[in-house]
Amino acid sequence: MRALTRHPLLRALFGTPGNAAITLLMLAGFAWALPPLFRWMLGDAVWEAPNRAACQAAGSGACWAFIRARFALFFYGVYPAPERWRVELGLLLLVVIGAGALFARRGRGWWLLVLLTVVPAAGAILLAGGLFGLAPVPTAQWGGLMLNVVISFVALGGAIPLGIALAFGRRSRYPVIRLLSVAMIEFWRGVPLLAVLFMGLILMPLFLPNGVTVDNLVRALVVMTLFTSAYMAETIRGGLQGVPNGQAEAAEALGMHHGQVQLLVILPQALRLSIPGIINIAVDLFKDTTLVSIVGLFDLMGVVTQSMKDPAWLGLAAEGYTFAAIVFFFACLVISLGGSLLERRFGEGSRR
Amino acid sequence: MNTRLKAHAVKGWLWQGGVALAVAALFYWLSHNLSTNLAARGMEIDFGFLAQRAGFDIPFRLVAWDGSYPYGWALYVSGVNTLFASALIIVLASLLGLALALMRLSGNPLAAGTSRTIVEVVRNTPQLTQIVFFYIAVLQVLPPMRQSITWFGSMFLNVRGLYVPAPSGTAYDAILAATCAVVVLAAVFWRRLGWHEVPRLVVLPPVLVLGAIIAGVTANWDYPSLKGFNFTGGTRVPPELLALVLGIGVYTSVFIAEIIRAAIQGIHRGQGEAARSLGLSSSQAMFLVILPQALRILIPPLTSQYLNIIKSTTLGAAIAYPEVLQIFARTVLNQSGRAVEVMTLVLGVFLAVNLLASAAMNVWNRRLALQGR
Repeated sequence: MRALTRHPLLRALFGTPGNAAITLLMLAGFAWALPPLFRWMLGDAVWEAPNRAACQAAGSGACWAFIRARFALFFYGVYPAPERWRVELGLLLLVVIGAGALFARRGRGWWLLVLLTVVPAAGAILLAGGLFGLAPVPTAQWGGLMLNVVISFVALGGAIPLGIALAFGRRSRYPVIRLLSVAMIEFWRGVPLLAVLFMGLILMPLFLPNGVTVDNLVRALVVMTLFTSAYMAETIRGGLQGVPNGQAEAAEALGMHHGQVQLLVILPQALRLSIPGIINIAVDLFKDTTLVSIVGLFDLMGVVTQSMKDPAWLGLAAEGYTFAAIVFFFACLVISLGGSLLERRFGEGSRR
Repeated sequence: MNTRLKAHAVKGWLWQGGVALAVAALFYWLSHNLSTNLAARGMEIDFGFLAQRAGFDIPFRLVAWDGSYPYGWALYVSGVNTLFASALIIVLASLLGLALALMRLSGNPLAAGTSRTIVEVVRNTPQLTQIVFFYIAVLQVLPPMRQSITWFGSMFLNVRGLYVPAPSGTAYDAILAATCAVVVLAAVFWRRLGWHEVPRLVVLPPVLVLGAIIAGVTANWDYPSLKGFNFTGGTRVPPELLALVLGIGVYTSVFIAEIIRAAIQGIHRGQGEAARSLGLSSSQAMFLVILPQALRILIPPLTSQYLNIIKSTTLGAAIAYPEVLQIFARTVLNQSGRAVEVMTLVLGVFLAVNLLASAAMNVWNRRLALQGR
């Protein structure tokens, strides 16, 4: 008995009166909140039903039959069913090349290069079609989670080079370049994403030559890229500041000129230091892609909201948004895990 | 050597000139397109429309408004709505964040684990999903007026919103204003008054709470009550505001919790032990040694979270809460068709708030940093 009461876990839970009170309070909270939640999510949930009325007749819990009925819509939007293999192939390409860039023992630079050049080009051809006998699919038919992934990938791919340029610009010794970079960064960091998405949607046609029309998706992509690049610039600037001065001095002593020093010595080390920050930006970006649903694109959030207006499944908001939240949670988890893997891989050389 | 230096300087000027020229050309091209496009539509940039009669209703407002007011006044009304929502969210997110951080640091594995789970789940799901979830899945399925959920016989929650008692009276206003003024002045001039011994953080919040209680006791309370099919009296908090406050408040609280935890853990060990070995009690060590130092690392990231909150209130546009973006970039834009002017104003407002706040932040930061070393 004495041995049991001395168990560290018990002591941590009931060691002092205060701690015991907290523990009991927490347990009471769990007892109050968890059973109904589990009953709703699993116990009384309905997995098979043709519509909402049948769902409610079958059980009082969540109507997951709604999610099952709309599953394809949530992932592909209204992308034509016979062409969906193209989305899957594109995703496969992204996953394989991405995994290659993460895990390859050698030639990781080449994998990265392919990821940033071939994959976007191939992805665009695959998804949009119109080339090599692929039927064209207008972007108005793109939707669901696929759209979130496309926007995140394009915005991140565009924001990294742009962010690097802005970060160097902000550290430049030339005042004009410094001023322009600061203005650009502070503008995009000072405005809400949704407001600039509105701006892109409403104003972009006004700023382009008469008669030029830009696809709604392209407008959102441009805004997301520029917005992300400002945050990227600040993260990479932090990385640049973290590289010891000795590195630049040593490189200059070896006879490298300024550009070589920055690009070959400072930048790679700075990027390695910025990996955690970049991953944070990627997670935030992925979550923020949901905002495009407010400006009329049908990403996962947009499709879920739209599906709840279907008379057969009217008003199943709790199920729809819970599903969306779960999908985003796991997607963000994957990005975070990939990030920490990347950090460990690229950190190998710097371990003491 | 001299010629090389000169060549270097010339190269620098060429670079800068080239970039400046390119940017100027880009802006010229954009503005040229804009003026051509506007001319083709027979329009020109003119902020005169702000003085025109607006003629639309703003469903939730804290300052005077009806359809006869001009568009310009709508910016003020919606701006107040934005700031009001931001203030509520900041309070909620700070308190929740503090609670989550304390749970995490409590040493009780159950509390720490719960806090950690909440933080991980909330910060990995989109803010918009949470706001819309609260709005559509929680607040819109509440019972109708007649079957309101009632607390203490004076607060009613139903599908139309939350009805709460409303305080009023001159004594109430005066006491509340005086308390706020005293607290703000004391916070600013604390050191000059020579009160080094007691930390502001321990004294001022209770003073604020005490002032609010006294004001509340002296106020005339107007209670909501069900008359026929509607509530009369009291104040209605619309579900849009509730959803926005809950959604953004909960979302931001987990980031604040992590910031507070990191700051306290960053100071804790050596400083705490040193304070204890000098004979300070554990609460003295916390309030006199750890918290003042933790605050220094806490303030910059906390401010940036608060600024994020102000920017995030634009998500109110998703659930039609009448904030700046919803009223201006939707209603006013649709009615007046003045796209360029409206977007300039909206972006300008947010940019100004953010730049001012970060400038103030830098000043504050420099002061704290100087004191430290």
